[in-house]
Parts: sequence; structure tokens; C-alpha cells
Amino acid sequence: MTVKFVTSHPMDKYLRTERLPHIWCPGCGVGSVFDAFLHAVDSLGIDPNKLYIVSGIGCTGRAAGYAKFDSFHTTHGRPIPFAVGLKQVRPDLHVVVMSGDGDLFSIGGNHFVHAARRNNDILVVAMNNFTYGMTGGQVAPTTPTGTRATTSPYGNLEHHLNLPYFAAACGATYVARWSSLHVRRLKDSFEEALQRKGFRFIEAIGPCPTAWGRINAVREGIDMMRYLRDNTEIRDFEDPKNVGFRWGEKIIVGKFKDEEKPTFEESMAELREKLRRGLK
Amino acid sequence: MGMKSSPETKQEIWLERLVERYGIERPRGEIYVIKDRCKGCGFCIEFCPEQVLKASEEFNVHGYHYPILVEEEPLKVCVNCGFCTYVCPDFAIFSRPKEMK
Amino acid sequence: MLKAGFHYLSGNIAIAEGAIAAGCRFFGGYPITPSSEIAEHLSRRLPQVGGTYIQMEDEIGSIVAVIGASWGGAKSMTATSGPGLSLMMENLGLAVMTETPLVIVDVQRGGPSTGLPTLVGQGDVMQAKWGSHGPYEIIAISPESPQECFDLMIRAFNLSEEYRVPVLVLTDEVLSHLYEKVKIPPASKIKLVKRKYMKSPKDFDKQLKKWDLVPPMPPTGEGFAYHMTGLTHDARGYPNVSEEMQELLVRRLNDKIRLNADKIVDIDEFMMDDAECVLVGFGSVSRSIKEAAIRLRNEGKKVGVARLRTIWPFATKYFDELADKVRKIFVAEVNYGQVFLEVERAVHGKVPVELFEKMGGMIHRPHEIVEKVQEAYA
Repeated sequence: MTVKFVTSHPMDKYLRTERLPHIWCPGCGVGSVFDAFLHAVDSLGIDPNKLYIVSGIGCTGRAAGYAKFDSFHTTHGRPIPFAVGLKQVRPDLHVVVMSGDGDLFSIGGNHFVHAARRNNDILVVAMNNFTYGMTGGQVAPTTPTGTRATTSPYGNLEHHLNLPYFAAACGATYVARWSSLHVRRLKDSFEEALQRKGFRFIEAIGPCPTAWGRINAVREGIDMMRYLRDNTEIRDFEDPKNVGFRWGEKIIVGKFKDEEKPTFEESMAELREKLRRGLK
Repeated sequence: MGMKSSPETKQEIWLERLVERYGIERPRGEIYVIKDRCKGCGFCIEFCPEQVLKASEEFNVHGYHYPILVEEEPLKVCVNCGFCTYVCPDFAIFSRPKEMK
Repeated sequence: MLKAGFHYLSGNIAIAEGAIAAGCRFFGGYPITPSSEIAEHLSRRLPQVGGTYIQMEDEIGSIVAVIGASWGGAKSMTATSGPGLSLMMENLGLAVMTETPLVIVDVQRGGPSTGLPTLVGQGDVMQAKWGSHGPYEIIAISPESPQECFDLMIRAFNLSEEYRVPVLVLTDEVLSHLYEKVKIPPASKIKLVKRKYMKSPKDFDKQLKKWDLVPPMPPTGEGFAYHMTGLTHDARGYPNVSEEMQELLVRRLNDKIRLNADKIVDIDEFMMDDAECVLVGFGSVSRSIKEAAIRLRNEGKKVGVARLRTIWPFATKYFDELADKVRKIFVAEVNYGQVFLEVERAVHGKVPVELFEKMGGMIHRPHEIVEKVQEAYA
């Protein structure tokens, strides 16, 4: 049997096809995460008019521009407060933040902490390719210690963040880490997370062949994907404090936290209702 | 690596037994490729669990070698697992269930 | 909103109540003296009227949350002072670029830097206009009393909706803590501008053919699948980083204010009919210059007051025409010359303009202004 050549894809209904091909490099991990996300939305049958994507600046940040939902491409580091503001006024929408590691955890770190702390009802998808890809591969808070970046040419002297631990500590109620390779698990995780409430966080580790990969001996996307195949272990409900890793060692992936607690939006709505009844 | 025509691993032996001796029907898939979207990343080819994809000799309008099928009935076939569908960063390949007779 | 009638309000409270009367239902802010009372008051009032108060982690989060809430469909605002306004500058640019209606209240205090947290300043005037990068226009309004704080907040929200532009309301520490009688009209007498939304996704094609000076906004959650970005973009919202698109978009963002300047500019004229010498001021300084003008008139000097109720867009045409009729202009402001520079520019050298500056901490006393003017006459 041979492949059949066609001109459209089942997920095209969620894509701004007039803007394809997208800017992600061959071998980039963002595309796979994006693909898994759209499939999850499709499986759940979510009303695309009620999904809102917010992105920051960076390669992953371009996702908002390709997804055919109401979408907003904010300034660097600021998709989370935008999502928070939007959610206050439109609690009926699924608000999803899709952005990169530098955008969310460096310049945007403070916003992450507080949105998680407040348990704002948003889903944050963090593409972690260990670098600032769009600007050429500078060191980021997630660049593994010792690995090289354009601004850490002798090897990163700093200690990189353990994102699931960070998210859990700030108060996120759903915390998971997958990768561009674990697309099926990622899709399932997206489906789960989209049906939960509260501050939900999913980290997706993936290749950046053009920037980080090229100067760290995983020159092509496929090289990093093979590395992930050989060096990841799935351990659901592992204590997030144990999922830090050094480059070269095993990376633990899985769903680490899945809890429920009142969201900020629920509490605010309760307050409004209480006041409304009190004032009558 | 893919399966050879004479099965050697335990898995391959069992599969051959299930299919040929016991007549178990595996799900089958059809692969659709949007040639000009492919950027040649190789993810689908590398990670297809049945190893039935390979890079074509021809290239698309951007110069990339898109995937084509290399099935070998009855064991090395597309089983519609959907991995290529979910992993393709460019929405250039997807599988659909093949109608079973 | 508050019941119609007379209330005894401070400038800050009047701002807050004016916002509620204007239909504001979202406040995202961060405490900073001397604006905190606005946040405190709204944290109590907004849940009462079905709105949301959220205290964000910093001013940057605040302004971005306001942009998000505005796109969600609510009239949204924040309040801050000099240091916070500085932090908001990048995203003020985002609001301008995405044409997001919102209101930022800047209760000015002594600067620069941490400066005088509890004392008056008026040094944010230029920053209000030029603080963010790139060529753009915004509207800045300057009330002089708690009454105007209430009334002009309503105007601020109306202007922001009408022109799809951020509007800054520049008050100052003196005004913010000044308690005075404020007359609140009945809700039925308050005219509010409703946001203009697109009717269907086909409107995108219309705009792509010919981009309105102020295009309608796509509504959220109704199948428009709109995209908004801070990148230079076309009428569909998609990034288009070409020279042509930049000319088209950025020119329009500026022209929508520049070409409507006559409708926006608002000068409060006091004893101007036969004035030979004009005192210019804004905010809390307004009372000092008005009192000084009265005293100077009693001495027979033909002095008038041109008070800026809007600071940006600047009343260039007004001052250009005024320069043909008067002999001297004084600008009194609590900074080292900001509105002064604009007045000088506007009069094209036709008339001498003199600055009476106060660095911060105290507004001018009427007798100081009287003495300064008398010196000039001597």
C-alpha cells in the first residue's frame, strides 16, 4: 500500500491554514505539543468559540497565531496576567496559556507564582526547550546546568529550575511533565487538564535543534527525541521534589499532582453573590 | 529496528503466531500525507511502532523528503496507532482506519 | 453607583465612584501611595456591583490584566503613581498597538524615582505621552477637583471606548486626598459610550479592504477566532511585519487621535475674554492660578487662566491662536518644565512664555504667582 497524498488535515479546522507553513524549524518540539493539544481539544469536543489561547513572546508564543481560536499574542512574559484578567471577566471560557520556558519563568516568573498561588482557573502549557530559541539560544532559567548556550559559552553556571516542583510549591492543582515524544500521554494530559478547574500546569520538554540542540550535541530534532526515548521514565504521582534532573541523566515524566481546591474565580463569584443577597 | 521477514525476537514470534496461526485481525490504517507541508524532521519515520514509514527519494516543493509507506504484509503494516498523526509538528501526516473486509 | 445628590468625597474616592458610574467592572492594580485608596475603595465596591477587583503581583501584571479584561468585554482600569506608571510603559504600548480601551489613573507624586511618596508632583506629563517606545498617541485628562475627578472619569471611559485607545487620567497627591462636595447626577443623566463591536466575522474582510480610522472590535467567545498581537499587524490581526503595513497601521493609530484632536482637547478658560497675560496650569495648581488671576485683576492687570482639562493631545492649535491675542504666557507646574515646553512649541515664538516651576512637594501659593507676574509687568 502507498500513502495517499491529500491537501488538508483533520486538524485544519483548528488551524489558521492561510498562515501555514508555521515558523517552527524542522525538528522543533513545539509543533508536536501543539498537534497533541489540538487533538485533545478535538477529542473532548470543546466548543472552539469558548477556547481562548494566550501566548507570550518566543517560538512557542507563536502558537496563538496559528490556532484558530480567539487568541492573543502579548508582550514578553505577560500571557499569564492577560489570561488572569480575561478569566475574571469571562469565566465561561477555557483560557489556555501556551508559552515558552524563558517567557514564563524568567521575565514572567512573578506572574506564574501569583496566578498559581491564587489558583486562578487557567491552564498553562510550558514548552521547555531549555533556551530562548527565537532570539538565538541564550541561557534560560531552565537551561540544564553545565550545558552551553550563546550567553553561557563555557557551560551554564546556574542551577536550572525544577518546573513541576516550582509549580506545585506555588499552588498549582494539576502538575504534569511530558515531552514532545510522549505525544499520546501529552494528549491525554491535555484532555484531563481541560476538564479540571484551577491553576493547571503541564511542562513539555522538547528539542530546539537550531539553538540549544546545535551546541549541545543533539544537532537535529530527531537526536533529542531519541535522547528522550532512551532517558525518560514515566512515574505518575512521583513527589515533584524528586523530578529535577541533570543533563545526561534520567528525566522523570508523568502526572505529579492532581488535586482540587477552590479557585479564585469561584471565591470571587461566591463573594459577589453573598453581597448581592446582603444588599437586597 | 523494524521486523525482518523471519521473526527472531519473542515479540515477533508471538505476533506471527497470533496473525498467521490464529488468524487474529490487527487494526489497519491508511496513511495520508500532505506532501508540501512536510519539513523532513523524521519524527514519524523514526518512531512509528511498526516501522512502516521511510523517507521518499523525491522531495517536496521546499526540498524536504516526505514520508512514504514500506509495508510488508502481513506483519509489518500500519495499525492505525495514530502516533504519526499526533507527533507531526507540521500537520503533514495522519492515519485513518482502513476499512476491514 | 452612588445615589444622586451631594456627597463628600476625596479625589481618589471620586475617581473610584466615577469609574463605577462609567460602567467600569474590572480593576487590576497594585498598591502605591498616593493612589492606594482607589484600589481599597474599589476592592469593596466592585464585588458589590458584580465586578472584579484583583490585586496583581506588580504594576506590570496589573496593566496586562486590565488589557485582558478589556478584551473579555469589561470596561477596565488601573490606578498607580509615577514609579508604577514607569513599569506599565511597555504594555501601555501593547494597549495602544492592539487598540484596547482602558483607563489608567496616575496620581502623580514627587519624582523622579521613589521621590516623595506622600507629596505632590506633576512630573509625569511627558511620560504620559512619550513613556512607551515607538510613535503613538494617547489621551491624557487632568481634573482639578473631586467633582471633576468624578465627571472626567466618565469622560475618560467614553473617550477610551470611542477611540479604542488607553486614556490616562493624571491627578496628583493634593487632589487625591482633597475632600470636597461632589454632585452626583442620577444614572439616567449620565451618557455612556458603548463599545462598537463587529457584527460578524465577515467584517474582517471589510476592514481588510478599507481599514476604518477606528475599527470595530471583534467580540470574544463568539466564533470570530480573532487574533491580536503586539507585532505590526493587518486588519485581520495577523502579524505582517512589512514596511507597508507599518506605515498603514502606525499612521492610523496616530491619526485617529490627531485628526480628532479638536473633539478631544478641552481647555477651561477663566477671565480670558480680554486677557493680555495668560496663566496656564493643570491639576491642583489650577486653584492657585485662578486665585492669583483674581488678585491680579483686582490690581487692574488683564490676566486670564487657560487651564488644561486635557493634556494630550496637546492644545497646540489653541495656543497657536491664543499667541496672536495675548502678550505673555506663564506656565505654572510642579516639575521643571514639561507643559511649558509644549506651550513654547505651540506658540511658535510669537509670544514670550515663562515657566514658574516647583520641583515637587508643594503646589504654588497664589501670592507666589502674583509676585512672579508682577515682576514681569515691572
